[in-house]
Amino acid sequence: MTAAVRVNRELAALEPLFSVNNVSKLYGPDKGCQQVSFDLYPGEVLGIVGESGSGKSTLLSLLAGRCLPDEGQISYLREDGQLLDLYASSEAQRRTLLRTEWGFVEQNPRDGLRMGVSAGANIGERLMAQGVRNYGELRGAGISWLKQVEIDPQRIDDLPRTFSGGMQQRLQIARNLVSSPRLIFMDEPTGGLDVSVQARLLDLLRGLVRELGLAVVIVTHDLAVARLLADRLLVMRNSRVVESGLTDQILDDPQHPYTQLLVSSVLQP
Amino acid sequence: MNNLIEVTELSKTFTLHQQHGIVLKVLRNLSFSVEAGECLVLMGNSGAGKSTLLRTLYGNYLAAGGSIRVRHQQQWVELVGGAPLQVLDVRRQTLGYVSQFLRVIPRVATLDVVMEPALARGWGKEAAKARASELLTRLNIPQTLWQLAPGTFSGGEQQRVNIARGFMVDWPVMLLDEPTASLDERNQRVVLELINEAKAAGSALIAIFHDRHAREAVADRYLDMQAPCTADQEFVYAG
Repeated sequence: MTAAVRVNRELAALEPLFSVNNVSKLYGPDKGCQQVSFDLYPGEVLGIVGESGSGKSTLLSLLAGRCLPDEGQISYLREDGQLLDLYASSEAQRRTLLRTEWGFVEQNPRDGLRMGVSAGANIGERLMAQGVRNYGELRGAGISWLKQVEIDPQRIDDLPRTFSGGMQQRLQIARNLVSSPRLIFMDEPTGGLDVSVQARLLDLLRGLVRELGLAVVIVTHDLAVARLLADRLLVMRNSRVVESGLTDQILDDPQHPYTQLLVSSVLQP
Repeated sequence: MNNLIEVTELSKTFTLHQQHGIVLKVLRNLSFSVEAGECLVLMGNSGAGKSTLLRTLYGNYLAAGGSIRVRHQQQWVELVGGAPLQVLDVRRQTLGYVSQFLRVIPRVATLDVVMEPALARGWGKEAAKARASELLTRLNIPQTLWQLAPGTFSGGEQQRVNIARGFMVDWPVMLLDEPTASLDERNQRVVLELINEAKAAGSALIAIFHDRHAREAVADRYLDMQAPCTADQEFVYAG
């Protein structure tokens, strides 16, 4: 009971980790994303769903500070307790953030990995950026993370291009998680994988999110993936968020006409 | 008064935008409360909205109006219009929901499926494992199956795994949607025992049972939910 009461107090005192206020970026009328606002709390998994071209990926790039918005603000509560205005900070600051407290898992692992260096070096890179220079420590982290993402540690010196698509994706996840980030962005992480590999990866992600208390923003067009991973959903259409709420409520009792169409269009295997 | 859940003028409508915007009014102005150690059984024909009521109470369906207040860690919390994070916390600590259907996650072993609600509350792995093993044994799931994912189990086995998961931790308020449906007599008896133990431990229960024997074994009070008759049903074209 005492533990439970403590959890509740923590919840009451909780401040958002990541706060998005009215962010817009348009490439044309209703192309891109506009007027998006939400708060993300530590340990929370937010899913962004919608059809191709609805603005999901644009939004994700904006959230990660990879491109600048036409208008809007994002504030991020740094590990040292300072509030950071994302778009007011320098590009170097944003890059540092993406390499340390944040992570970004690309849909195509080739975009997120360095294909010319070994699996171990891919995992060690972020640690080195944080100042770890001890070879044994780097190698130990490499082996430990390969095990955690279920890749045979003997493959540590192999190049990622000799890995299968599913293994490359798991390596990309290890590369991102090694620096203990607090917030991870994922763009269709199970996109190009076949179903058995996808199930394995989802299971892995679910476990890691819970054990590490990660906050995650995940873009997916697969509603089953969203149900499995996300606490909360934003549904996007034509650059706008048309509905948001608890994942199971959105999927089982969608309110907006477009969400109803989206949910009722899913094929049941 | 030792109420754990208070529902006031709750209503629920469905607007089917893909079907000419038909509006179905399923629940209207329902008010009731349930005390600790009490079991309220929902009565009504198929289609009367019994399952809809349970899902609305759980926040799985969005209430159209009214109030659902739950006693959550010595405080009253309003669930209608509540923030998702708050609703999730209430679901983790206070409000449990057991149906007859298990949502299977690929590759996750039976034992882990059952342990999950306890781990989510921060139990240690060993304590959770001990409790899960005890429940699976009581519900007659052979130990050889515990390390397998329940995807390939029979319907009855999946149902019992789901019940074990539902009773894994103590819920101050528990919603039960036909937990004994289609179980054999031996297992039905076990489930009724579990329900009565939860009542004795002070849970407030809201339940649906089609089986009369099961109903009479646990019910303290009934809520009559007659089916909305067709004359009363309003079809409104919203689109």
